Parts: sequence; structure tokens; C-alpha cells
Amino acid sequence: MTGVATAKTRFGPALLGIGGLVAVLVLVEILIRAGAINRFIVPMPSEIGASFERVIVEEDVFGRFWQTMKEAFWAIVLITIVGVSTGVLLHRVTLLRRATETWVAALASAPTVLMYPLFLVIFGRSALTITMMGFVAGLAPVILKTIEGLSGTRRVLINVGRSLKLTETQLFWKILFPAALPNIFVGLRLGMIFALINVVGVEFLINFGGLGQLINELAERYDLAGTYAAISFVVLISVVFFMFTEKAERWLTPAN
Amino acid sequence: MSVTPLPASRVRTQDAILVVDDIVKRFETPDGILTAVDHVSLSVAPEEFLGVIGPSGCGKSTLFNVIGGLLDGYEGQVSVAGDRVSGPHPAIGMIFQEESTFPWRTVIDNVAFPLEIAGVPKAQRIERARHFVSLVGLDGFEKRYPNELSGGMRQRVSLARTLASEPKILLMDEPFASLDEQTRLLLGDKILQIQQQLKQTTLLITHNITEAVQLSDRIVVMTYRPGRVKRIVDINLPRPRTSEIVSSEAFGRYVAQIWSDLREEASRGLRDTESRVLQSGERRP
Repeated sequence: MTGVATAKTRFGPALLGIGGLVAVLVLVEILIRAGAINRFIVPMPSEIGASFERVIVEEDVFGRFWQTMKEAFWAIVLITIVGVSTGVLLHRVTLLRRATETWVAALASAPTVLMYPLFLVIFGRSALTITMMGFVAGLAPVILKTIEGLSGTRRVLINVGRSLKLTETQLFWKILFPAALPNIFVGLRLGMIFALINVVGVEFLINFGGLGQLINELAERYDLAGTYAAISFVVLISVVFFMFTEKAERWLTPAN
Repeated sequence: MSVTPLPASRVRTQDAILVVDDIVKRFETPDGILTAVDHVSLSVAPEEFLGVIGPSGCGKSTLFNVIGGLLDGYEGQVSVAGDRVSGPHPAIGMIFQEESTFPWRTVIDNVAFPLEIAGVPKAQRIERARHFVSLVGLDGFEKRYPNELSGGMRQRVSLARTLASEPKILLMDEPFASLDEQTRLLLGDKILQIQQQLKQTTLLITHNITEAVQLSDRIVVMTYRPGRVKRIVDINLPRPRTSEIVSSEAFGRYVAQIWSDLREEASRGLRDTESRVLQSGERRP
């Protein structure tokens, strides 16, 4: 009885999620077959399923997946290093924070993808342009959340450190940074979403490289089923990065 | 029962380990200069348990921060065994009113924190931390995180962490304020037991009369704003004590005596708060 209950708790949410997705796909299929949804705008889920083999065999989808994955990976690495460091710097230098925080917040909501012609001029039509576009798009939330996390450290925890005569460096690494980590991870997740959207978006716009280019090509050929199949690989990249971030967060903040 | 007259600075100063001498602390506020602590002097003898009690707003926490070295810009001086305090002093271990365990560390890692900062090797600090975890009665919870513990257990972790730094003086600011009365009494027992075992000099700041009488050898009663020493009461209850002492007749007399001193101050505080609320209401458009 306990075993059944444990299995329900463990697998229940996953089964419900998958079951819900299947139910939606079946519903869409029925609506398209019944003519309630135009099949020339939304392809049938069964057609998308059948197109996977074609997309894998003929379109080198795994090579493109890997290409997009690499661009997104380097963008996220840059976001993490530059974003967290800048957040720490702005937290420590009050004048600098007051001078720039509004601009950083504005950057978070700006459609940076429109800057792609500038990046093309600077870096050329290459993977570097795509990575840099992803980096710029995902940077602001990491900076903002790092500042928020560090500023939000409870005063009493800092006082514990001060009462134990911690140096400024010890205070940062032993108290401020661990206290800010949950917020930093929220920023990283947001930054990752923005970066991935921009990486695939710029691949699409400049017709270069990975899954974005494939989606562009398939859409231009009016291969709607193939387009949706390629999009599902973009979702897969997102899932991979989220799983990785979740693992890293569990490792760094085991109490959560 | 005896009531020691003022001034407090004359009480046992010659053999005191902690001397607070003529402290005045003022703050600038939008309504002008506020004197939080006004010419407060007190001293604590080695192994003594001194309680400081007063109504909200009497400057108890300001005094706590001054003694702990977390506040500067005051008149007067604080010294520990003759050594003037100018910033956090290694001989003073502080326990705060707010919950102060590190949520990202397990119980054992929380308690071992001061030893880690002191550079004690890992195996050695874990062994010593275990001793203090056991001392506060948290055996078996070493690998738990604070979010898995009750409020009382978390305060015991804070206590063990402070004790692990082996301070000469334990300075506590209303450590049980957020706990229910029963837990508070039981934790009081634990404090008494530890104090007896370690012969720990302790200064407890509180607004709870029962807690102050249960734990202290002497109680400093403070006035409402500005905070001054109103009276010092010697608590001549037998030691070792437990929470059972709260039902004794002598205990009741001490509580009544201190309340008679505090009632006037608490009433002043209440009237002051009410008038400030009224004034802020009048200012609001």
C-alpha cells in the first residue's frame, strides 16, 4: 500500500503531464480532422509525428541540434560569468548601481534581437554573432537577480558574520553569496530562456547554423509538419538546459 | 529579596569581566535627535547571569549592539577583562533575536561555522561541533537543514554555533521572543543547564519578566526612552534552577517586584506609541 502511494507521489506528476499533452494532441487532431482548425495552418499531430524520421534522416537534425546547443551553451556560460560578476560589482559599488540599474532593467525588456545587423557587422555571419546575441539578450535578468539576491540577504545573517569578525571576502563567500544563490538561479533561468529564444531567432533571421535555420528552410518549403518537428527539438534543448540548471541548483543549494 | 540602589556602575566593577561604562547612544531621526541609551553603566562578574529588562523602545537592542561591537558612534566605553571593545570582540558571542541559522548549511555545518572561520581542520571541527550539538540536545539532527527544524530547535542551533566559538561572554538579545511560552520555559531550562555546565558568563536582554527571573542572578530594569538603568534587583533564588521554580512563592514575589518597576515604564511606552500613531494619522492627507 505504501509502495503504491510512493509510486503515485513519484510518478504521478510526470504521468499527469504526459497524459495532458497527449490529450491536447488528440484533441487538436480531432478538431483538424473535423475541419474546426485549418490543416494548412496547423498540421495534424500525426503528420508531425510521421515527419520526424524525414527531418532526422534528410535534414541532419542532430547536427543542427548540436550546433544550436553549442551556441546556446556558450551564451549561457557568458551570461553566468559576466552577469553574476557584474551583479556583484553593482551591489558593492552603490554609485555605479544607482547610475546603471535603470539601464540594465531597460535592457531586460528591450527587443535586443533587432540589434542583429550591428552584430553581423562586428562578428560576421557566424556562430559568434548568434552566441553574442544570446548573451546580450540573457544578461540583464542575471545582473538584476544577482543584485536583488545580494541586497536581500537578511541583516541578522550579516551581523552573525560581523560578530565572528569575518573579513569582507569571507563575508561575501560564506554568507552573502550562498544567501543570494536562489535568486541568482532565478535570474539564470530567465537569462537562459531569453538567450535560447534569441539564438534560435537569430539563426532563423540570418539563415545560419542550427535549428533556427532548419525551421526557416522548412517553413519556406511550406513543410509545416517538418517545421513543428524541428521546433520540438528546440524545446528539447530548453529541457536539457533546465535539467542541467536544476541539478546545479540542487547541488549548490541542497536545503532547497 | 533585595533591591540594590543605583548607581549600577559600582556593582562588582572591580572583579567584573564585562564593564559597560556610562554609555550614551543617540540617533538622528526625521523628528530630531533621539537618545536611545542614556548614561547606562553596568558590570557582569565572571560566571554571572545578568538579565537586562525593559519595555519596548527602552534601547535594549541598541545596548546589545553597542556591547557586541556592531554599533559605533556612542559615548562611554565597553570593556572585556580590561580590554576596550571597538568592534566585535572575540570574547563576546552573540545570539540574536531573529532566526539566524544559515539555511544553506546543515545543523552540524552551522555549528561548525565559527571553527571553520578560525581555520580548525575539518575532522576536528566536526567533532567539536558534535559536542555542542549534543549540549543543546539536538543529537540525531546533525544532517538536517534549518528549514526542517522548529523555531525552538533553530534557536538551539544558533546557541550551539555561538557556544562553539567558546566566548568568554554570551550576549543574548531576546533569543526566545518568537517562541511560545512552553518552549520558552523549556529552552530556559536548557540555558540554565548549559550555563551551569560551562560556567558561562551571560548577559540576557529581554522584555519577558518570567524569563529574566528564571535565568538571572541579577536583573537590570531599564526605563522607557531614553533608556536608563532604573533599578538592579538581585535574584536570590537557589541554583541549580529549573523551570519548576516559576511556581514558587519567591519567584512570584520577584516577578511582582519587577513588574511594579516596569509597569510605569511600559505605560509610558504605550502612551508614547499611541500619540505617535495619532500624530502620524493627523499628518496623513
